[in-house]
Amino acid sequence: MDEFSAAASLAFTLLAKADPTLVDIVLRSLRVSLSALAIAGSIGLLLAALLTVTRFTGRTLLIIGINAAMGLPPVVVGLAVYLLLSRAGPLGDWGLLFSPTAMVIAQVVLLTPLICGLARQTLEDAWREYGELFASLGLNHFRALCTLLVETRYSLLTTLLAGFGRAISEVGAVLIVGGNIAHVTRVMTTTIAMETSRGNLALALALGFILILLALIINAGVFITREIAQRQGG
Amino acid sequence: MRIRPLVLVGMLCSLLQTAHAEDPYITLSSTTSTQASGFFDYYLPLVKAATGIEVRVVAVGSGQALKLGEQGDADVLLVHDKPGELAFVAAGHGHDRREVMYNDFILVGPASDPAKVSRGKDVVQALKTIADNAAPFASRADDSGTHRTELRLWALAGVNAQAASGTWYKELGAGMGETLNTAAGLESYTLSDRATWLGFGNRGTLRVLLEGDPKLFNQYSLILVSKDRHPHVKAEAAQRFVDYMTSAAGQAAIAAFKLGGESPFKANYSASVTNGSD
Repeated sequence: MDEFSAAASLAFTLLAKADPTLVDIVLRSLRVSLSALAIAGSIGLLLAALLTVTRFTGRTLLIIGINAAMGLPPVVVGLAVYLLLSRAGPLGDWGLLFSPTAMVIAQVVLLTPLICGLARQTLEDAWREYGELFASLGLNHFRALCTLLVETRYSLLTTLLAGFGRAISEVGAVLIVGGNIAHVTRVMTTTIAMETSRGNLALALALGFILILLALIINAGVFITREIAQRQGG
Repeated sequence: MRIRPLVLVGMLCSLLQTAHAEDPYITLSSTTSTQASGFFDYYLPLVKAATGIEVRVVAVGSGQALKLGEQGDADVLLVHDKPGELAFVAAGHGHDRREVMYNDFILVGPASDPAKVSRGKDVVQALKTIADNAAPFASRADDSGTHRTELRLWALAGVNAQAASGTWYKELGAGMGETLNTAAGLESYTLSDRATWLGFGNRGTLRVLLEGDPKLFNQYSLILVSKDRHPHVKAEAAQRFVDYMTSAAGQAAIAAFKLGGESPFKANYSASVTNGSD
């Protein structure tokens, strides 16, 4: 247990002096993951809403496909995005490999099915419950959907938090497409992997503690905001 | 909800901008040993000060580093696998190969040394003894320069180690540091480059058991990725980086890098020893 206490005190020291290298990688982790979340959240929620109110051939297959893709292996996604963005690949001219944008792209691929799959289930359950009511009120699909989104907003928020959790904790994809370049694509998880490979286990674990702390703070923030909103909303 | 697309576009733009605002930079594809030892943390600021060039390092095994060069995803390589390097240059993927620095490989293993390899000075004989005793050996098995060297040494020893994979011979498919972590945990022998070993903080019972055999010589070389193959390669900036690293100042800076009181890399550029300059 010596490593754990050493790591805890190291984590505290790093935080207390706001270590510039640490701040740099924490901010980059947040920027990459929040960008991916914003994009994947928009696409995922929109797709989930469309799947809830429309019926078309192949819809069931699409839903099964999306649900299966919720468990996409990050390392495979990383490899596929790497091959696409490589100079030898079809999108090589964009010159995006080993950039934060490449990391955002890989995370969007990982997050979109997760958010879409969870959100679709939430919306569809609510649709089943309120569908007839909406019809009797004469609401069109668009109005009905807006109402649904508002009614299920707290469940959807949890879905987005799950997406954020997957993004910020992911290492397999961002390591391949980002390359763990210092001050450019080095984030929390790739630093932890690198320090582990250097045998600096206490430092690696300390960074892990800080990453968990970060997730705690964000979730607590969202929770408190929701509580306040719920109370005000009555 | 309605404002979100605009926010997204803004975020994407800012990301794309930061990716381009920091020019001029070059991408150096290099080995894990140079990164793990902290060499680049020390050396790249010196490069920046002398040339104004920001060098972005992607640290992978030498096999993958050569692959990145082949695909045009790097501007310059710093690798240690001479046969692979010469094949790379011969195939036209790169040119102006320059040997810039060296160190050596070491055979590390548990202090108890079950195969008694520390008695000898001959690495090939040591590997034979390890195989004869079926003493645990952790192999990188990742097509890195160190792994390729290890395979050549097994061949010299006349041992088909891979036939014993899963028993005493453990193929990890991992970087040098991860392999050292595993070797420490399993009390296995392994072949390491000296730089990673010097910077490694989790040695456990592992010790250097055999060193100094000339077969353990480990040369690092720079290769420029071909601009003919990949027109986007930043050839001019890459050339300036290579010129600095092979200059008197650049070589002296390599020699001045210390880790645990030792020099992980020794500078040895000599203008007469180049291969594949076209």
